[in-house]
Amino acid sequence: MASDAISIPAPQVREKPWVDLLHEWVTTVDHKRLGILYIVYALVFLLLGGVEALIIRIQLMHSHNDFVSPQVFNRMFTMHGTTMIFFVVMPVLFGFANYLVPLMIGARDMAFPRLNAFSFWLSAFGGLLLYFSFVGGSGLYGAGNAPDIGWWAYAPLTARAFSPGHSSDYWTLALLVSGFGSIGTAINIIATILCLRCPGMKLNRMPLQVWLYLVMGSMVLIAITPLSAAQIMLLIDRYLGGHFFDAQAGGSAVLWMHFFWIFGHPEVYVLVIPAFGFLSEIIPVFSRKPIFGYPVMVAASIAIGFVSLSVWAHHMFTVGMNSYANSFFAITTMAVGVPTGIKIFNWIGTMWGGRIHFKVPMLFCIGFLFQFLIAGLTGIIQAAAPVDWQLSLSYFVVAHFHYVIVGGILFALFGAFYYWYPKITGRMLSETLGKWHFWLFLIGFHLTFDVMHIPGLLGMPRRIYTYEPDRGWDTLNLIISIGAFIQAIAILVFVWNLISSYFNGAKAGNDPWDAWTLEWSTSSPPPAYNFATVPVVASRRPLWDLKHPEDPDSQYE
Amino acid sequence: MACLIIAESSIFTIFVVAYLFYIGKSLTGPTPSEVLEVPIFFTICLLSSSITVHFAGRFLERNNRSMFLVLWSLTIVLGGLFLFGTGREWHRLIYDHGLTISTNLFGTTYYSLVGLHAFHVTAGLIMLSVVLIFGLAGRIDAEQSRRIDVLSLYWHFVDAVWIVVFTVVYIVGR
Amino acid sequence: MSKEVKNSIVRIATLSAVFFFCYIATAAAAETSATGTNIFAPQSTPARSILHLSLFVLSITGLIFVVVVTLIIVSISKFRATSANAHSEPAQVYGSTQIELAWTIIPVLIVIVLFLATARVIHAIQDAPEPPGAVEVTVIGHQYWWEFRYPKLGIVTANELHIPVSDPTHPTPTFLRLLSADTDHSFWVPELAGKTDLIPNHPNRMWMDPQRTGVFLGQCAQYCGTQHGKMLLRVSVDSQQDFAAWVRSQQQPAVQDASAAAGRQIFEHTACINCHTVSGTAADGRFGPDLTHLMSRATIAAGAAENTPQNLRLWIEDPNAIKPGSLMPAMKLSDANLDEVVKYMETLH
Repeated sequence: MASDAISIPAPQVREKPWVDLLHEWVTTVDHKRLGILYIVYALVFLLLGGVEALIIRIQLMHSHNDFVSPQVFNRMFTMHGTTMIFFVVMPVLFGFANYLVPLMIGARDMAFPRLNAFSFWLSAFGGLLLYFSFVGGSGLYGAGNAPDIGWWAYAPLTARAFSPGHSSDYWTLALLVSGFGSIGTAINIIATILCLRCPGMKLNRMPLQVWLYLVMGSMVLIAITPLSAAQIMLLIDRYLGGHFFDAQAGGSAVLWMHFFWIFGHPEVYVLVIPAFGFLSEIIPVFSRKPIFGYPVMVAASIAIGFVSLSVWAHHMFTVGMNSYANSFFAITTMAVGVPTGIKIFNWIGTMWGGRIHFKVPMLFCIGFLFQFLIAGLTGIIQAAAPVDWQLSLSYFVVAHFHYVIVGGILFALFGAFYYWYPKITGRMLSETLGKWHFWLFLIGFHLTFDVMHIPGLLGMPRRIYTYEPDRGWDTLNLIISIGAFIQAIAILVFVWNLISSYFNGAKAGNDPWDAWTLEWSTSSPPPAYNFATVPVVASRRPLWDLKHPEDPDSQYE
Repeated sequence: MACLIIAESSIFTIFVVAYLFYIGKSLTGPTPSEVLEVPIFFTICLLSSSITVHFAGRFLERNNRSMFLVLWSLTIVLGGLFLFGTGREWHRLIYDHGLTISTNLFGTTYYSLVGLHAFHVTAGLIMLSVVLIFGLAGRIDAEQSRRIDVLSLYWHFVDAVWIVVFTVVYIVGR
Repeated sequence: MSKEVKNSIVRIATLSAVFFFCYIATAAAAETSATGTNIFAPQSTPARSILHLSLFVLSITGLIFVVVVTLIIVSISKFRATSANAHSEPAQVYGSTQIELAWTIIPVLIVIVLFLATARVIHAIQDAPEPPGAVEVTVIGHQYWWEFRYPKLGIVTANELHIPVSDPTHPTPTFLRLLSADTDHSFWVPELAGKTDLIPNHPNRMWMDPQRTGVFLGQCAQYCGTQHGKMLLRVSVDSQQDFAAWVRSQQQPAVQDASAAAGRQIFEHTACINCHTVSGTAADGRFGPDLTHLMSRATIAAGAAENTPQNLRLWIEDPNAIKPGSLMPAMKLSDANLDEVVKYMETLH
């Protein structure tokens, strides 16, 4: 193997007392360890958010169920949404960014290692703060309650009059704190990518993953800050008697909606863009072909970033904007479909004419392609504002965005786990368990979220804790709930796979997938300094050049 | 720092938008035109501090440390004067006109926006003073010039934001 | 053909079948359900033009779905690695400007077509002028119930909206002015029109011209607090004669039935009157529903329970038994007093 050209001393392993080990992990500023901390942290919250989802699904299994009270149900969907967006998907993506970006660009660490650690601990503290509301939501009287304002917390429901106690404040502060953490990490990612590339790694030679993290970082800067600003206003309202969102004093609930969705919609793309990156790394390797149309992929990513900043009010078609505003947001929303479509076509173009190896990461990526296609198309359906007047706030929307977040982002993330786990731990994940995980999750996913579109079409609004027996939604909801449990089993298989393979998995070696980007040139797991000698690259696929000196990529650039 | 400024700009943008959105929507007085006076002198202070901080950086580049320290101190004095001006205006509004953050929409948006800016000025002053202390201790020379430039970039940003805030609050808003 | 390919084909077939089933199921439901909440069974112009638009968009997106899925299936079945070629690399293709240009321009054209169709419907529904004969209703959302005021007719009622059927040749549409007394709500009766939010300080409007009589169901669609789930909504579309009769009866003051004087006495001397109105009496609260013609309504508690004496009694005794978290307090009346108050309520026709 050509990668042997870079010789790496074996990491020196010796037993340490666990206190030292813990101290090392808590005080670490190493990008790889922080990446792993982010990922583990996100997995813990994934399980928490999953339990909340199951409680929701048990309650909705049949009409007039009273498994939980309406108050508890409302807290569950609020916490489920907030947890999954802010404390699962964001951290896990930041975790992969931390781990992969320096390795992929041949750097030894992030640009600001201490800022990196600080950001992680801010985010971690935010999550703890949110969940502390279960204990301290009523102000430490012993009876806690979680926020029940919905994850988008529309004014004036968040005003003191309608949300007494402190649970909403925990929600606000948690998002504010973790938001500052996100901004710090985003700054770090951008600075790392712009300043720390190894010799020869021009911008147009960076792996697409890195490009997409660059776009994601820029969007975090522009998108998270309006949320932080709005949260500050909310705190001013709640604690200093301000009137930003106070309808009694002329304040406007609609202003909150705008501020929230100026954050909220770009946020969706902040989450999905790194997922695009995973696909753009995994599909070429398992198709044995370079990515089809690299410049167009980069251009499409940047286009998505820009256009997605001007689509936020498609979450607000029902709030009574005038017909011109509605038309504007309808066309911008549909326009996002174009660069996204280009991406899907380019992935297909990459597979076309390749030699596809159906390993577990690839299976998840193919799942992503199908599901993201459907998610995009139901998105186009709802972009037609009048159709959205029917579908908005219904279970159709719930099905749609779970298709994006679970069927798209989570599938890509699972692919990424199976793909990079060998690099991170030095062991392969079990393919057998992986296939069980894939098929179970796929079946559960489709059972739940395909069927979930239908109650929406039949008039079932979201966020209702129960429904009337005469509406004909019973059977459908039962099927949805069964699917949720199948997904839960699949997740347990996955977690078991993560744990058991860590101890018993086959040794991975440096480059188990015969891949082409720089992270595979160093040992698995990589040493603290990543590369013994700083690599020099001459093309987009440095390891291809090494493995195929007779036909290197560099001669086509 | 450029990234931080982008992020900060969008926070300010949101507050400015809120201010513009609520102009003239207060249900009760006092209104901006009744109580606000244009703080020309203090604005000049803040804007000229941008010039002094710029030249302080240039002198440092040429290793002229005494001129650097003089101009740097002048920047802090000018920034401090501005902060004093804001404080005096708030004192007047609260005690003479009874306008607080919870009086009406104008109060809410005015104190939030100007307060957010004053908070940034304060943060800037603290950082400037830390540099001054290091400078007086003789630890700052031309080698640190790059880092000093980053700080003065932040200070320029704070000034530029004031131009926007000034326009919005004292010109458009009245 | 290998196992995996078969599996993927089975999966796609299942997927398509599911989608086809969805369509058939909803279409079938449209045929059978008389008063459902199915958006595929529109009975009013806004809902119908939305349905036409959604079918148009659905068919275009369906076509895209078929094309792209075919491409994916072909690529994963045709280009899989075999044991013969797994150890060599395929031809390395980096892209093709023509192909990429094609799959940029075609979607752009599709988007333009979709947008034009959408903009037409937005304009037709949102900017429809209000004809002189239109019925005007002010809808006020409250935490977990609906207040309906007919300013021209001098009627106030709650939770069950009555509107006249509209003959396409002589349309008598109903125009709703949407307000909120507290948090955000959303008015949604799927078979009559799309939903529109009720937001404090932000009056909205919507309209509907139902062409069939009957009761149409809906409910609050914007999360508004604890009992968002049981903020149900019924729209009764009456024939012109029935509507006129209903208007006349609603315009009467409350019936003063001497047999229920005791109950009325209790009602007027408890906190009930702080929140409820019974016209012509001391009760003039506006925090809760107007009870002047309570017995003309089929349900109580915003549709959460049928309007029967037993339910009414339970509701007055302990609202949380029917709607936990509702804002009506338990009145703590003695059993005898409860019976009297229920008896009084029973006279409010």
